[in-house]
Amino acid sequence: MKNFSLMRISIWVYLALFFSYLLGPLVIMSVTAFNSPGFPRAAPWECLTFEWFSALFQDERILNGIKNSILVGVGTVTLSVSMGLAGALMLTQIWPKLRATYYTIIIAPILIPGVVIGISTLVFWDRVNRMFGLDADSFLSNGLFLTIIGQSTFIASYCMLVLVARLQRYDTGLTEAALDLGATHAQAFRKVLLPFMRPAIASAAVLAFLASFENYNTTTFTFGEYPTLTIELAQKVRYGITPAISALAFIIVLLTVFAALFNEAHIRRKELVAAARKSATVEELGSGNFRLPGFLSSNTAAVVLVVVAMMTIAVVGSATVYSPQQCIADVKEQKRMETEVRIQELRQRRADEAARRAAEQADQAEQEPAVEAAPKPSNNSGFGGVFAPGALQDDGADASEEEPEKPGNDSGFGSVFDPNALQSE
Amino acid sequence: MSAGVGVNLEDLWIKFGDFVAVREANVNINGGDFFSFLGPSGCGKTTILRAVSGFLEPSQGNVLIGGNNMKGIGPNKRPTALIFQNLALFPLMKVWENITFSMEIKGASAKERRKRADELLDMIALTGQGDKLPAELSGGQKQRVAIARALCAEPDVLLLDEPLSALDLKLRQHMRSELREIQKRVGITFIYITHDQGEALTMSDNIAVMRAGVIDQIGDGKTIYNDPMTPFAASFVGENNVFRGRVKQVSGNEVMVTTNRSGDLMARVANGTEGRLKEGDEAMLFIRPEAFSLAPVGTQGDHFVTAQVTKEEFEGNTFNIFMEGDGGKEIKVALPNLGQSFESHQGEAMTLEYQVRNAVALPAGVLATE
Ligand SMILES: Nc1ncnc2c1ncn2[C@@H]1O[C@H](COP(=O)(O)OP(=O)(O)OP(=O)(O)O)[C@@H](O)[C@H]1O
Ligand SMILES: [Mg+2]
Repeated sequence: MKNFSLMRISIWVYLALFFSYLLGPLVIMSVTAFNSPGFPRAAPWECLTFEWFSALFQDERILNGIKNSILVGVGTVTLSVSMGLAGALMLTQIWPKLRATYYTIIIAPILIPGVVIGISTLVFWDRVNRMFGLDADSFLSNGLFLTIIGQSTFIASYCMLVLVARLQRYDTGLTEAALDLGATHAQAFRKVLLPFMRPAIASAAVLAFLASFENYNTTTFTFGEYPTLTIELAQKVRYGITPAISALAFIIVLLTVFAALFNEAHIRRKELVAAARKSATVEELGSGNFRLPGFLSSNTAAVVLVVVAMMTIAVVGSATVYSPQQCIADVKEQKRMETEVRIQELRQRRADEAARRAAEQADQAEQEPAVEAAPKPSNNSGFGGVFAPGALQDDGADASEEEPEKPGNDSGFGSVFDPNALQSE
Repeated sequence: MSAGVGVNLEDLWIKFGDFVAVREANVNINGGDFFSFLGPSGCGKTTILRAVSGFLEPSQGNVLIGGNNMKGIGPNKRPTALIFQNLALFPLMKVWENITFSMEIKGASAKERRKRADELLDMIALTGQGDKLPAELSGGQKQRVAIARALCAEPDVLLLDEPLSALDLKLRQHMRSELREIQKRVGITFIYITHDQGEALTMSDNIAVMRAGVIDQIGDGKTIYNDPMTPFAASFVGENNVFRGRVKQVSGNEVMVTTNRSGDLMARVANGTEGRLKEGDEAMLFIRPEAFSLAPVGTQGDHFVTAQVTKEEFEGNTFNIFMEGDGGKEIKVALPNLGQSFESHQGEAMTLEYQVRNAVALPAGVLATE
């Protein structure tokens, strides 16, 4: 009995650890998007701010990256879904002996590293370009074109896998039935096979878009004049990041959660309707007391969806009226005060030191080991002001405030290395 | 009512690689007929139907519909509509859209289609169910929707591939008469495929009995039942007892056969097989269970059979007696229940009598294994 409960507890602990490992970074990152310091961090909470969102939407490069990502995404979705569908149709119709070989060939791009695909796309189309005697800014060396082509080589394979799974459940008798009723092959395809494939096509399209959106290692070789969002982010991070990137991450996380919940709720609702219809055929449709079960009852996804939607509205709503200026000003003021106190302390210490030096000099030699005898840093003040809120904050904001602190130059580390600092504790 | 459009198969061969699925089929189907292909599973019935509807190009020979050779004409251009073995209703379309698919193809307006769908729904007794999806219908309802969908295309020939095989017995019997009635009403040619001899007999004007790609006999139900031309047809259509032996004597339309177990027995020659049996030939003699009556035990003669009773069973309308037969097979006797008393004769010898006109002698051949 005891073992059992112990096991349960450890399972819960494990789950908690697991999920915090999975979701922790996302949560922290989301929090940093709303904190006012210029470096993304969650820990010393300063002010609730939305300025990083407006900073994000004023960042030309990020916006341009998003635009390019969407362009590439749309192109990739179109190309790879149609290639995937063609491949899937081939696969189900091809001569059985060749099927295994064909499958392997079609699946291979998934196994090839993206970097290789990127390089080979670049090299191949460059050759083609030269073969046609075109110059370097022709259509064939256009970044958008190359990126779409490069990404599609392997994303089309993903799409094909999704589509084949659905196609295998297709009864070719349906196409025959359509033909038998007078449809042409094109009509049979459009009116019977395509509607059947629609859900799989939608999944494949979503999959393709996401794969395209997040792709970096193929794109990095092919983007040319059209850096996508991932490329822009990677370049930005090299020069240090701001919470604007957290804000972007937060938006993406929110959109993803929203889409997933919406999808889940939609599926649930469909199931409910189907179940209702089914039971209705048994219990007679017209008997009056038949009613659709409430959309929200027994549909947790829908409930969560509604809650998230309301929270979003609340946040956006308050964002328009809330002004963090006052808070930021307060924090600044507080920091200024703190700094002042520190400066005072420093001055005090320096004065003490100077006095003591004078005394020591007067006292002459013998007491030299005084410095060595100083005790080891007593943890508390060991790291000095590294983590003090004010330490980093003021680098750019107010040069004037920094001025008084300058004397020590090593202001970032407080006076750790000043042997006398310890004695003042 | 028009005379309908006939279908002719001329020396039709269909091969899959080396495998011959249909061999030398020659069939004339009259316009407006209800024609059945009857045969066991895998004998090539569906294959013939696919050749008629155009999904399969014959390896040799011709398919003529209304006198026109169909060579090179695709399924969407032939005046046929096929009801598939599994119905193949379009799962994502509502019932009325399913039914009027052939009109949609031709670009008919939704209003026209709806109107036609309602008419057909009335005909198949599914009034007001047009907005359901096929998955929401019962088996028999789906069946009728499939028929309505095929009829909506206004074919000259309706091809039905075992459409009732998936239904339970009651519904099957009901649908039989319904199909027959629809056929009479629309007056078009129905080509029906089945492995159920009862179905074929009750519905058809004419039947072709098939065995492993070969058509054994074509005729109306009565002819096939009473005058089977091959041992296969005799044993596949209805129940039959077989007595193997050798022809002792042929006299006009009657034959004396020396059977392996039951002595010399007389039988008549089936219509259409005259002159085939010669003295000394191996022969098979067929007598149906209901053709026997009881005779005093031990009676000798050329139309009496004496054997040991192995099993008795009461079936309601008949009292069935099983007796030791030829080649390990039992002889089945079905005595009509007319209120007489049945005493058990389990384990005893019994003697049966039959009328010579009810026994048919044929050259020995392959029997149906069922
Ligand atoms: N596409 C094909 N390739 C090879 N052999 C085939 C093909 N289609 C059918 N056959 C063979 O032809 C024979 C006849 O098949 P068919 O489908 O016509 O049988 P059937 O009489 O309709 O049987 P059932 O009553 O079981 O439907 C079978 O032996 C089958 O294996
Ligand atoms: Mg079949």
